[in-house]
Amino acid sequence: MIETRNIDFYYGNFHALKHISMKMDVHTVTAFIGPSGCGKSTFLRLFNRMNDLIDHTRMTGECLIDGRDIYGKSVAIDDLRKQVGMVFQKPNPFPKSVFENVAYGLRINGVHNRSFIAQRVEESLRAAALWEEVKDALKKSAFALSGGQQQRLCIARALAVSPSILLMDEPASALDPISTSKIEELIYRLKTDYTIVIVTHNMQQAARVSDKTGFFMLGELVEFNDTKKIFLSPEKEQTQNYITGRFG
Amino acid sequence: MKYSEKELQTLKEEVSEMWTLVLSQLEKAKQAFLQGDVALAREVVRREKQVDAFELKIDSDCENYIALFSPVAVDLRLVLSLIRISITLERIGDFAESIAHHVIDNDCHDIDLSILDELQLEKMFDIVITMLSDSFVALESENTKIAGRILSKDNEIDQLYYRSLDILTNYLQQAPAHIRDGLKTFTLIRKLERIGDHCSNIVEEIVFYVDAKVLKHGGKKTVVPQTESDC
Repeated sequence: MIETRNIDFYYGNFHALKHISMKMDVHTVTAFIGPSGCGKSTFLRLFNRMNDLIDHTRMTGECLIDGRDIYGKSVAIDDLRKQVGMVFQKPNPFPKSVFENVAYGLRINGVHNRSFIAQRVEESLRAAALWEEVKDALKKSAFALSGGQQQRLCIARALAVSPSILLMDEPASALDPISTSKIEELIYRLKTDYTIVIVTHNMQQAARVSDKTGFFMLGELVEFNDTKKIFLSPEKEQTQNYITGRFG
Repeated sequence: MKYSEKELQTLKEEVSEMWTLVLSQLEKAKQAFLQGDVALAREVVRREKQVDAFELKIDSDCENYIALFSPVAVDLRLVLSLIRISITLERIGDFAESIAHHVIDNDCHDIDLSILDELQLEKMFDIVITMLSDSFVALESENTKIAGRILSKDNEIDQLYYRSLDILTNYLQQAPAHIRDGLKTFTLIRKLERIGDHCSNIVEEIVFYVDAKVLKHGGKKTVVPQTESDC
């Protein structure tokens, strides 16, 4: 389970997240929606400490995964990022073969057993619904794949190191409808084994794939509830105005 | 106002026009029945096609709106309500036409006038017409506070309906020669009772749209999705 308690986050003097408390259950899909600059991606990046890489940032509050504060002194960031995989808006395969892209995480974590790596690569590609399309082209450059395939390759790469949580920051926004549909289908299947948190600007996508939805605005979590409730009868007028397009 | 809101407004206006037409059909059916005005009854029958055309257009326009704008929240509830309201209005229009046919066929002409008075048919007509016009106001003003008042009128109609059953049973036992007209009269009363039910359904749709509450089938439930533990 992911839990945040009274999180505040600052870029310099800019107060980007304000008192965010939220719980995300295991094996569920949680979607964050909201206008650009509302803080949803900043919030997502807290869960694998990606914001640590940005200068002049500051956080207060607690962020717990399975009850452990991931900002505690004893936490090894490398281990955390193995547990919490991430997929970005644009597919970002490495300039390597399809196989090596998926094997990369294992190799840098010290795994050298060839048969184990081959097995894990196949399992990850199958889990990412890409195996059938690339099984005869594992040595080809990842750049030879289509955009949709590259994004699923990145998902396979994230899955290879056996995370329990998958963060997705607009994973389908650069893809055509067919590739988008495959990613959404994949999210639906992956939640059996993973806890998924997704940031999306596509509200229909949030409605289709998620169990719970959080609506952010100006750094505040305006409403967090079951997705069906949010899209049929939201409690806050701000949420209703945003999802019906009356915002602003 | 945004483009999508204008489209929704247009849908609402179409339903309002249909509502006005159906209300007028019901008022004319009442007048035709009470005055035995066959010409007016024929006019009601002729205009029924317009009611059907409205239903088809609203159905198609709502489908288009859903396909093009993917409405959610209050917009989705409105479109769903408008589809169901237009279907219900069409049924009320059918009943108005059917009542007009009773007039054209002179179905109740052999029933004693005193019995017709006792059945309070004019009062039944007035109640359903008030229910239909009040529910129109409720949608236009998005005011669900008058919902309870409209729904209580349905109880009044039900009471008159059950009372009519006793009155006609007694009457037909004493005047079995009029059994056919008696049954036709009861059929007409049954139609008025059904119109009352349909008006209640419309009110339930308005409450669903405005308050996101489901009143159907007696369950005053807020719209909350099922959780796994409910399954």
